[in-house]
Amino acid sequence: MAKVVLHTPIKDADLENIKVGDIIYLTGHITTCRDVAHRRVIEEGRKLPVDVRNGAILHAGPIVRPIAGQKDKFEMVSVGPTTSMRMEKFEAEFIKETGVKLIVGKGGMADKTCKACQEHKAIFCVFPAGCAVIAATTVEEIEDAQWRDLGMPETLWKSRVKEFGPLIVSIDVHGNNLAEMNRAEFIKKRDKAYETIAPQVGFIK
Amino acid sequence: MPDDVVAKLQELAEKETVPIAKTLYATYKRNQELAAELNRPACQDTGVLQYFVKCGTKFPLIDDLEVLLKEATVIATVNSPLRHNSVETFDEYNTGKNVGKGTPTVYWEIVPNCDTCEIDTYMAGGGCTLPGHAMVLMPGDGYEGVTKFVLERMTSYGPNACPPFLVGVGVATSVDTAAVLSKKALMRPLGSHNPNANAAKMEKLLEDGINSIGLGPQGFTGNSSVLGVHIENTARHPSTIGVAVNVGCWNHRRGHIKFDKDLNYTITSHKGVEL
Repeated sequence: MAKVVLHTPIKDADLENIKVGDIIYLTGHITTCRDVAHRRVIEEGRKLPVDVRNGAILHAGPIVRPIAGQKDKFEMVSVGPTTSMRMEKFEAEFIKETGVKLIVGKGGMADKTCKACQEHKAIFCVFPAGCAVIAATTVEEIEDAQWRDLGMPETLWKSRVKEFGPLIVSIDVHGNNLAEMNRAEFIKKRDKAYETIAPQVGFIK
Repeated sequence: MPDDVVAKLQELAEKETVPIAKTLYATYKRNQELAAELNRPACQDTGVLQYFVKCGTKFPLIDDLEVLLKEATVIATVNSPLRHNSVETFDEYNTGKNVGKGTPTVYWEIVPNCDTCEIDTYMAGGGCTLPGHAMVLMPGDGYEGVTKFVLERMTSYGPNACPPFLVGVGVATSVDTAAVLSKKALMRPLGSHNPNANAAKMEKLLEDGINSIGLGPQGFTGNSSVLGVHIENTARHPSTIGVAVNVGCWNHRRGHIKFDKDLNYTITSHKGVEL
């Protein structure tokens, strides 16, 4: 199967045939954006200082270091996704407000985000968490850094990436949410596991 | 990453049959190789550092140890580099050095009439810290209640906590005693068992049970969910069962070192590593 590579700017038509469970890659620009940045945009009504319309954001707080001999330039050392569910509270409105098309993170996101992805044609993907060196080596350059007052993890680091991935599609534009589908199965199996274990741990007699 | 975790991930990857899980295990492996090659932190979330110190009262550096560990954290933060993960609470600013009020965490165990010192160093990211939970059950809930408590956490927070992970369970009296034990359980080498036969049996039952949920790597389903389940326990108040759960992600960054009184050292967790 050919490698599916999305390029920014992302058009609605690019996302039409992508389904949950697919593995894709990204070439172009992606900006790290997490807790406080979401809060500033939604609750404080501030404008995101990086334009992510038809672009991509990454729920991540990376490790970066200054490049010796170059003024105000940084190298991406280690970058991977953080828990996306923390942004669930803000993400639907964030998608509407900013016009972002690709959200990359970890774990799952819930119904509100899923509905917004369907309505505004956006997808949510998971980058394998803990694989931060693979991600960092796909970064060709950090082109911009905004809201630096938030410290290293929360700064908006705008990176130019080449074949950033693998990205596992977890929410598609058709209203499917892989994490939620999996969770329902997990709960059934968990209840079965409890029925097996409980009769064997009656240690209080 | 310690040798036992590397071996366990290899074992789980070889047993895996779900295609997406196989891709993820291959990605994990490539990441660890790249991290070693480029000498970078394998995961960007290098945690708030925690040290479990088991120190003899006659160990010559006992008085200086806590200051030294704090200094070592600052040095590692710059040299590695590590992510800045210490946010002062209430004032809500990142110190930028990975140290702050009460961080790094140092847990002490003092050993009388002994001149050696053992230190477990642990870095846990936020994702696998989130499932952490403690509560006090009534004895009527029994170990069935403990089982339920642990299993529920696995499905609510597990998929996000970077499985296959290590599960630490503490069984004691209160939330504080159980919670510390549940973290201490994560310091045990993989494949070790609780010395109590019933506790060891429960470790195995929970391991098989959580594996049967089939979280797989990153919670995208697979044949297994955990690297292991470790239970640590103490005696309890007759009226309560304190229980806690802590999770260590697949990228389980734990190191164990033992010093003698002359500061000769042995690293048990990572073969071939020298200071």
